[in-house]
Amino acid sequence: MMNMTIQHKATLQKLGPFLALLVLVAGLAITSPDFMTVGNLLNVFRQVSINALIAFGMTLVILLGGIDLSVGSILALSSVLTALMLSHGIDPVVATSVGVLAGAGMGMVNGLIISKGKVAPFIATLGTMTILRGLSLVFSEGRPITGLNSDFFAMLGGGYVAGFIPVPVILMLVMFAVFWFVLKRTVFGRHVYAVGGNEEAAALSGIKTDRIKIWVYTLSGAMAATAGMILTSRLNSAQPTAGTGYELDAIAAVVLGGTSLTGGRGWIFGTLVGALLIGILNNGLNLLGVSSFYQQVIKGVVILLAVLLDRSGKKA
Amino acid sequence: MKRILSPLLIGLLATGLIACSKQGPDTQVAAEPAPASAQLSVGLAISTQNNPFFVALRDGAAAEATTQGVKLITVDAQDDSAKQISNIEDLIQKKVQVILINPTDSDAVAGAVNEALKAGIKVVSLDRSVNGAQVNAHIASDNIAGGKMAAEFLLEKIGGKGSIVELEGIPGSSAARERGQGFHSVVDGKADLKLVAKQAADFDRAKGLSVMENILQGNKDVKGVFAHNDEMALGALKAIEAAGLKNVVVVGFDATTDAVNAVKAGQLAATVQQKPELIGKMGVETAIKLSKGEAVDAFIPVPLDVVKQ
Repeated sequence: MMNMTIQHKATLQKLGPFLALLVLVAGLAITSPDFMTVGNLLNVFRQVSINALIAFGMTLVILLGGIDLSVGSILALSSVLTALMLSHGIDPVVATSVGVLAGAGMGMVNGLIISKGKVAPFIATLGTMTILRGLSLVFSEGRPITGLNSDFFAMLGGGYVAGFIPVPVILMLVMFAVFWFVLKRTVFGRHVYAVGGNEEAAALSGIKTDRIKIWVYTLSGAMAATAGMILTSRLNSAQPTAGTGYELDAIAAVVLGGTSLTGGRGWIFGTLVGALLIGILNNGLNLLGVSSFYQQVIKGVVILLAVLLDRSGKKA
Repeated sequence: MKRILSPLLIGLLATGLIACSKQGPDTQVAAEPAPASAQLSVGLAISTQNNPFFVALRDGAAAEATTQGVKLITVDAQDDSAKQISNIEDLIQKKVQVILINPTDSDAVAGAVNEALKAGIKVVSLDRSVNGAQVNAHIASDNIAGGKMAAEFLLEKIGGKGSIVELEGIPGSSAARERGQGFHSVVDGKADLKLVAKQAADFDRAKGLSVMENILQGNKDVKGVFAHNDEMALGALKAIEAAGLKNVVVVGFDATTDAVNAVKAGQLAATVQQKPELIGKMGVETAIKLSKGEAVDAFIPVPLDVVKQ
């Protein structure tokens, strides 16, 4: 009896978030006449893309049993750096690439502090979160940076492919495919699960755990910076305070998607579903005219339920 | 069984909350008496509701919407420009006829505002303007009139003659420019009146104190001070007290809590108060006019008030 249901439970638990998403979509389709339109769905996907990109990177971090609190600050600092380059007339492709690489570099520093310095991820990224936020205020002198004047850069956040699919949505789906492939089909992906599941065992079986950690935090930084490029493009300015609190949205998306905070168990599809759950909740509650104060309460309750779900799964 | 139920709980909770949300489906709204053939729906995209000024603005808009039978949908950006863009996009999807926007950042929201205008929605900016988009109207405090009111009050208090001082806000900022312009339109060219000093103290209390200390070194006979904001006025007040001067009339601007208390205590002569509720109310009035196709002014100044003892 027990053995029979364990498989069952695991499947159900994996599909839980997806079922919740379907129920939410169905509920909104009935209650709000403006929800189930092509325009609004594309709108939601575009709004979700920023959180989803950060959350993809965060999924790998959490699979390792780590956490990255610095993503919002990485987003802001790489955004500020790119905007400064753009406003000084540097080629937009160069500025954007440097911005993403800078984010990757910041992530790599996180990875080094955590692996080589043996600092707990929470503390390490709490420190860099504060430092990088400070630096983005330093470089921007606390003011939004405007005057980006670049058609290429404006495309990143505001452009459309085939006339109606927003560029950020395409970027999100491409990165989803890449992360899915990396986790499912590559040695690196298997190693991430192995290190997150049992670090000691992974090290004993010859996996270079430090290297895996450094790469994962580097990827997380690069994804945060990529999200930063989209955000900067959409706002047509870099805001030194941009991305404040985004680490929590990303963590929420990962956890909602069923990835365990203790590491080793989870999947990228769940994260996409989690990000969509949050995004659709935001959009739907706006369409229904629910006060922003209640929106926060509702989102918090949904996240708590997801974690309770995660815990009940652990016991099984 | 517990395992099967718990995943579904998330969804059920969400739908449950939707079902009991107050301003839910349109069917409820239709039951109320509509003044026109179709009810006007207006979106209010507010920068934050964690600041009493903007809460008052929202309340003013909400009260007027109720009186006029307008459906007002308020979305709150919590001071996050990215969130405000999403909010505006959601309002576009919601197909409101007019969006009242109180921008988190004048530059950042331009893209979303242009999208709304492209979708045929009228847009009115409240309190802060939008750079890079042609909104249908901008409603904000009339800082020039405020400067004038402060000057007139100051002149009345000092009997129209004597030495006066002006403490400027951050040079070049719109508030400093406009408040100064209104002030000068009254005091300039008066024979009995002498503007002995006009210095910038950057809206800062500490700077207001030190700048005033320096001014008092050479001008012991100062009768009145106009500061472009309350912080500088309160700083100047400290300098005047420390110098042992009595009966100097100090007028501030903004009616902050500290300043209003100082007015009540008889230390500050007056402070000029913005009327955020009125900005919200006039926003809804303007939205109604725009929806009827009536012409409105590009800038609609909102009068201010002098808070005195």
